[in-house]
Amino acid sequence: MKTLGIIFGNLHDKDVGELTAVRSLASVPFGGRFRLIDFVLSNMVNSGITKVGIVTKTNYNSLMDHVGNGKHWDLSRKNGGLIVLPPYGDGDMSLFRSRFGTLKNIRQFISHSDEDYVVMSDCDNVCNINLSDVLQAHEENHADITIVVRKKELVNKKPRTIVTTDKAGRVTEVVNTDKASGEKQVFANIFVMNRQFLLGIIDNADELGYNSFTRDVLARGVNKYRIFAFMQSGYFANIDSLSNYYKHSLELLDKDIRDELFYRDGANIYTKVRDSAPCKIASSAKVTNSMIADGCVIEGEVRNSILFRGVKVAKGAKITDSIVFQGSVIGKNSSLHCVIADKLVTILEDRTLSGHETHPYFIAKSAVI
Amino acid sequence: MKKKKCVAMLLAGGQGTRLFALTDRVAKPAVSFGAKYRIIDFPLSNCTNSGIDTVGVLTQYQPLILNEYVGNGEPWDLDRSYGGVHTLPPYQAKQGGEWYKGTANAIYQNMHFLDRFDSEHVLILSGDHIYKMDYSKMLSAHIARGADCTIAVIDVPEKEASRFGIMDYGEDMRITSFEEKPKKPKSNHASMGVYVFKKDVLVRELTEDAADPASANDFGKNIIPKMLREGRGMFAYSFSGYWKDVGTVSSLWEANMDLLGDKPAFDLDDPSFKVYSRNDPLPPSYIGAGGRFENSVMTTGCEIYGTVVNSVIGEGVTVLEGAVIENSVIMQGSVIGKNVKINYGMVDENVIVEAGVVIGDDKSDKDHIALIGRDSVIKKGTEIKSGEIIERGKKA
Repeated sequence: MKTLGIIFGNLHDKDVGELTAVRSLASVPFGGRFRLIDFVLSNMVNSGITKVGIVTKTNYNSLMDHVGNGKHWDLSRKNGGLIVLPPYGDGDMSLFRSRFGTLKNIRQFISHSDEDYVVMSDCDNVCNINLSDVLQAHEENHADITIVVRKKELVNKKPRTIVTTDKAGRVTEVVNTDKASGEKQVFANIFVMNRQFLLGIIDNADELGYNSFTRDVLARGVNKYRIFAFMQSGYFANIDSLSNYYKHSLELLDKDIRDELFYRDGANIYTKVRDSAPCKIASSAKVTNSMIADGCVIEGEVRNSILFRGVKVAKGAKITDSIVFQGSVIGKNSSLHCVIADKLVTILEDRTLSGHETHPYFIAKSAVI
Repeated sequence: MKKKKCVAMLLAGGQGTRLFALTDRVAKPAVSFGAKYRIIDFPLSNCTNSGIDTVGVLTQYQPLILNEYVGNGEPWDLDRSYGGVHTLPPYQAKQGGEWYKGTANAIYQNMHFLDRFDSEHVLILSGDHIYKMDYSKMLSAHIARGADCTIAVIDVPEKEASRFGIMDYGEDMRITSFEEKPKKPKSNHASMGVYVFKKDVLVRELTEDAADPASANDFGKNIIPKMLREGRGMFAYSFSGYWKDVGTVSSLWEANMDLLGDKPAFDLDDPSFKVYSRNDPLPPSYIGAGGRFENSVMTTGCEIYGTVVNSVIGEGVTVLEGAVIENSVIMQGSVIGKNVKINYGMVDENVIVEAGVVIGDDKSDKDHIALIGRDSVIKKGTEIKSGEIIERGKKA
């Protein structure tokens, strides 16, 4: 089963404006040493996919720097491998606003591939999913489209794509709404199509009046196409706001979630290797219920927090319920509570910064406080 | 193809018998060190940081893990289309192959490698030292003096001098005497086992040495004394950074401990001179709500629920509740069970220490390290005394 992977790198940048001010959503740091795209990329690689296109639009320097030629994901290949698809063509950036517009724009890439199937995914999903299972179900169902769904308790007024299925897993209704509540099956923004079928839809989009993937292809197509749902029951986090980012990050302090996300059947999550020295924790330090990456030097107190690579915490400093990105320095006797500090932040001595569990305080990249 | 200025030959075939259980199944250069490294990472990273992109790794004893680790050299940026890292095991030839008889013989048997890259100089390294060194400075000194051979020297404590090759040199750095492991050392200038030769000189000396049936085919015992006798241009290059021979259990333990403290004797945290290594893709380490981790280092994938003090914890190690690890080195993938006590211990890779085991006693110190070989399972309630050695795979 030869399969092509396509990752949408920018679709939801606006959701987490603070973190995407200097980067695309795909390269938002997560889990102490990873970037969001590592999860979807690793999922694809662990499922035997050896050719992956990443569609980018804006702010993609950090993403290019992170993925490089793909060697850390074993995607530096003579045939296939990692292909970054920067914006191309007539300068009509509006095409990239939707998933469907993006697919139209990379039609050539899709038509020049020779894989039978295409797996497409957004990059704001944190999960460890076996896509081979999805592909197998897709094949067994003789489906045109298979969409990954998950169960989610809907509480807020965010628009969601709610999916109804029959006993066989065939999709009977797809509704985009912000009015639903209670536990629903929602679209997880991961889907599989036969490549030729996908090309057919792209080519006939104008004739069919298709502009949106969910509204037109899925919602209007339930009776026309064989659309099936695949239930992802394992851990799944969608990063669609800063408070959600904060909440899902700190969930990693739960061992069961770490096990599910990082150690599922030996399917590791790969990332760019930086060769930092081991982390060093001094006699004066007190570290509890926290994740500490390589290169950290900790002399102060750290509790319920995640420290990325190379964070320095001076004596007397106290970090609680916070997330500190790569290379930041926390000065003597300063304290951070419910803070998200972006890369290379410097907190001088005796500073006190505090947010709230539902509203973490965000410090922008390279800020000096 | 463009000539290389200098290629490195890394002697990595040694058995390392004084590391006992640690080298049961792996060559000394593949022994774990400093939470995320293996000994060979140091000379390989030094090469990369010195701009040397062609390295032959001469393997012989238990090469499997070492070969797999070095692989195509990618972690050290040594995956090159011209040059890069090459493992050079002994091979069979038409006239019958043979094992490497000594350090010089190992290089002699791989003369084809030197010919292929036809460099002007050859750097000879050994795979059993922990140090960060910019070889390009030594090479510059070697070229500036027009030396036939330059030997890196470091001053060691006098009581340890008899363990090394000891030399004397004048103000012009010209070497005047060299003695391998002398009973009564004349100085404390020890050879670091790092040599730079002019390639033509090396080829000539190795060829002559190979023709001498009385020779032990060893650099320290034969080649260097002979060149000195013949009055060749032999110079010392003095190195003053951290350097440690980790050929014994206590010296390997000491080198690990040198990473600890507010001002460690050996500081790895230097972005301008990184030490590269091959590591598993694991998440950062986690310290639990009841965990204590003091004056210690660890790398990725550890789960710490017990107490760790003055210790070095390798990749993916788990320390369960109630366990107390002090003054110890735990290597990658090992699991330390509940309420285990370890003091002055070295636990090799993938060891399972079951609940309640006690390793070390009141006689434990740096000269009496208890050593647990890789893949062992230490059964519940076992007591292992100071200095005791559990061989690989044993179920004690």
